[in-house]
Amino acid sequence: MDIFGVPIQALMGQLMLGIVNGSFYAVLSLGLAIIFGVLKIVNFAHGAFFMLGAFTAFLLAQHLGANYWTTLLVAPLAVALFGMLFEWLFLRRLYGLDPIYGLLLTFSLVLVLEGGFRVAFGSSGQPFATPEALRGTLNLGFMILPMYRGFVIVAALLVCLVTWFVIERTSLGANLRAATERAELTQAFGIDVPRLVTLTYGVGVGLAAFAGVLAAPIFHVNPSMGSSLVIIIFAVVVIGGLGSIMGAIVTGLGLGVVEGFTRVFYSEFSSTIVFLVMVLVLLLRPAGLFGREEG
Amino acid sequence: MHLRSLTWPLLIVGLLALLAVPFFPQLVYSVFIMKTLCFVLFACAFNLLLGHTGILSFGHAAFFGTGAYVTGQLVKAYGVPTELGILAGGLVAALLGAVIGALAIRRSGIYLAMITLAMSQLVFFFFLQAPFTGAEDGLQRIPRGTLLGIIDLNSDAALYYVVLGIVGAGLWVVWRTVNSPFGQVLRAIREHEPRAISLGYPVARYKVLVFTLSAGLSGIAGSLKAIIFQLAALYDVHWHTSGDVILMTLLGGMNTVFGPAVGAVIVSTLNHYLDPFGAWVTVIIGVVFMTCVLTFRQGVVGELGRLLRSRHVPKPTKAPPHASARADSQR
Amino acid sequence: MPAKTPLKTFALSSMVLAMGAASGAMASNGFSDDVVRIGVLTDMSGIYTDLSGEAAVEAVRMAVEDFGGEVGGVPIEVIYGDHRNRADTGASRAREWYDNDGVDMINDLSNSGVALAVAAVAEERQRHAISNSASNIGLTNDYCSPYVTHYTYDAYSLAQGTGKTIVEDGGDTWFFLTVDFAFGIGLEEQVSEVVREAGGQVVGAARHPLDTTDFSSYALQAQASGAEIIGIASTGADAINAINALSEFGVSPDQRPAALLLWYDDIVSLGLEAAQGLLLTNAFYWDADDETREFSQRFYERTGRMPNMAQAGNYSSTMHYLNAVEAAGTDDPDAVSEQMRELEINDFFASGGYIRPNGRMVHDQYLWEVKAPDESEYDYDFLRLVATIPGEEAFQPLEDSSCYLLEHNQ
Repeated sequence: MDIFGVPIQALMGQLMLGIVNGSFYAVLSLGLAIIFGVLKIVNFAHGAFFMLGAFTAFLLAQHLGANYWTTLLVAPLAVALFGMLFEWLFLRRLYGLDPIYGLLLTFSLVLVLEGGFRVAFGSSGQPFATPEALRGTLNLGFMILPMYRGFVIVAALLVCLVTWFVIERTSLGANLRAATERAELTQAFGIDVPRLVTLTYGVGVGLAAFAGVLAAPIFHVNPSMGSSLVIIIFAVVVIGGLGSIMGAIVTGLGLGVVEGFTRVFYSEFSSTIVFLVMVLVLLLRPAGLFGREEG
Repeated sequence: MHLRSLTWPLLIVGLLALLAVPFFPQLVYSVFIMKTLCFVLFACAFNLLLGHTGILSFGHAAFFGTGAYVTGQLVKAYGVPTELGILAGGLVAALLGAVIGALAIRRSGIYLAMITLAMSQLVFFFFLQAPFTGAEDGLQRIPRGTLLGIIDLNSDAALYYVVLGIVGAGLWVVWRTVNSPFGQVLRAIREHEPRAISLGYPVARYKVLVFTLSAGLSGIAGSLKAIIFQLAALYDVHWHTSGDVILMTLLGGMNTVFGPAVGAVIVSTLNHYLDPFGAWVTVIIGVVFMTCVLTFRQGVVGELGRLLRSRHVPKPTKAPPHASARADSQR
Repeated sequence: MPAKTPLKTFALSSMVLAMGAASGAMASNGFSDDVVRIGVLTDMSGIYTDLSGEAAVEAVRMAVEDFGGEVGGVPIEVIYGDHRNRADTGASRAREWYDNDGVDMINDLSNSGVALAVAAVAEERQRHAISNSASNIGLTNDYCSPYVTHYTYDAYSLAQGTGKTIVEDGGDTWFFLTVDFAFGIGLEEQVSEVVREAGGQVVGAARHPLDTTDFSSYALQAQASGAEIIGIASTGADAINAINALSEFGVSPDQRPAALLLWYDDIVSLGLEAAQGLLLTNAFYWDADDETREFSQRFYERTGRMPNMAQAGNYSSTMHYLNAVEAAGTDDPDAVSEQMRELEINDFFASGGYIRPNGRMVHDQYLWEVKAPDESEYDYDFLRLVATIPGEEAFQPLEDSSCYLLEHNQ
């Protein structure tokens, strides 16, 4: 059976790959959405933190001989700490101002990080081996999926669900949501709001770095690997609905699939389609697919 | 006000210096100044939206680049006289601005910015695919032609004065707009949109109008750049250019009329003179921007104005206008 | 330090001002402003820094030092600039160099858009420009002039090298993974033509946007095409991601990837594990013979990296330019242009190389295969020579060039 001249089996394969690709978008947009929700800042450095995660993993493996599983844990934590330091030192001076200043500051950070890594490691990037245990392939019937790609889906979705659970179902998450809505009141209840904000930024960039480590074995590790990501990721968050955690995850996956099919039918357009979708969604559903309409 | 008494002498000295540029080729390179002038016009036109109406457009490269490509193609392929080519570049950009503006202003804030970004990405895609643009090689070897069939623009000096004149006229339009009743309504929209609506102003129409004007002037800036360098390139429609103009505006000061001009000069100069630092240039620019954002939030001109004011009129420092509106997000 | 800081430029400029405008003044000894100034216009801070960048500047400096630091009794000076991969920035820097700073020759010109823009400026200002790292054959066609030289390689030689050899080797059905840019599409067309002429068949192509990271979808499409050869018409990160995806999805052994523009540096960053067996056309490899090793060793000591073909080309072309200046006894662009086309190029980079009237430097090209990890015996031992493509075959026949300098176009 064919759809537009493409066998259905091939389409199933493309769907699967779209989900893999969407898993990256889901983790990245989740991080961006959390940061935007609490800090009201477009974290323009999200792609740079993605790159930082991949590079940290590379450096850990190269110089300390760390195995992949260690890097998957340590690199995001290290990047999260760096992010929290950045928030604590610089970003917090801009709270209460027009969010555009936060955007500008994080954009400057991109220049520093990408430029710095290019000076230190060159522009052409580094090889990164797929972990031994995940080198095989899985036969799904309709396609042969490299095992690592299957692992990406599982790991990404697990992390997304845990994050969602913490925010929506635990008391920490409740505090966070309270701080988002009524900062002063929450502070009055004895909750250290600034620390909560720092922590949120750490979690957000940690997620970006986690996606970076996941990407390292299959996407080329180089200083500009995240530079075109941020506007796509932000579009995903907006399509999902600003402030909606589930919206970011689901839209991320969905975009991966849509992009995958575009690569089959109109490949040149595949990096632009997200913007077409965004215009349509914003004009038809102003608050995004999963967002709440505000008064 | 002392600030105002300083303004005119400064402007006159600046203007004289600008007029003298072609006579000192070894001091400043006139093509570099021309390029900077294009960005000055671009940034000031952009700030009609951001600073004066409170609308953040993240897609202004679409207008700048459209101006460049339209002018370039008309002059190169169809032999249209340069002055008409520039005019056409501005008009097409303005038309595009009207369309994108009409769509975008149906939303506000970050959503509006995202619609403009998305539309500009579609425009980018169009120019990437269109056969006449030469994709990443650019539309090259655009003839400079003559002005009104008399003045040969291949002379840098002649072109310089033409560019100076056009940019000057463009800035005058910006200044007039800001200081007109129309500009006052725009400010009313920025400060409190519901009130402007309840006062009976057709706010949507005003917004589309200012969008169109801003896009048209940005288009002319792009057109001029295409004539100066004799090429239009993909970077002109890339979202990085949209980002650059936001940067210039904020560095200079978005709550001033000509602050963005200063911002454009700063960015342009940094890019021009940092070459000896080789690979470090990106890092240095990043650190400079970071320092600016953290230390003078109202931009160079904004802070300068504040400094002068506070020295002569002792009065508590005024918070940036947007701070009060967003006090709810204060932590 | 040979690089000029703005302040120095300023001081120098004021001095020159006193002597008269830099651009026109020709001293009695035949050398404009008593110095031969070479500008290296390259990507110092962007995605091509490894391909050219500081190492390209260093290559030019080495050539100048090896030449003796002066020519015809006047000193040679090297300055550099960053074009940021933007044609306008490159063109504006080139203009300023020619107009104000008395630059006689601009070298490197990575990025085709920049190279074309500078070629246009060079023709207008009648000064020399030599491109080593750009691939666009427009430089020796519509953008040709007596002052523009295309030195190391071009899209045509890549197609002749990789495309032709593979088809003759039996790989006659092709599928292309092409970056949706003028560069990629042009390269795809060049190779397609070669493939068809040699009796092969092109069964399809997928065009992906620049900076695509996930190539898995394209790997499936390539697999489904059933083509024997998957031609990768992109470079840098795109090509690397494509190669990785193809190997991850196991397209070999029935299908074989052929990278149409792969740099030596790309192999370093791919690693031999992923790159082994790849075929690539490069004009230069450091480990080819004693002469290349000698140069590369010296280059390595200065830059910490082995030279790629563009950097070797930067050295060789600078040397050739200086030889031409010496032979002409002046830095007058027309006289130098004549000598450049007259003199033969014989060094570690090329033997019997010469420059055609349209500015094309003709020299042998080489097809290399990437070694497997266990075949690599020492550091940087990456490539094995597969075939030599004689210069006459490697480059576009003169009669096909649209260059206005050629008789058939006049």
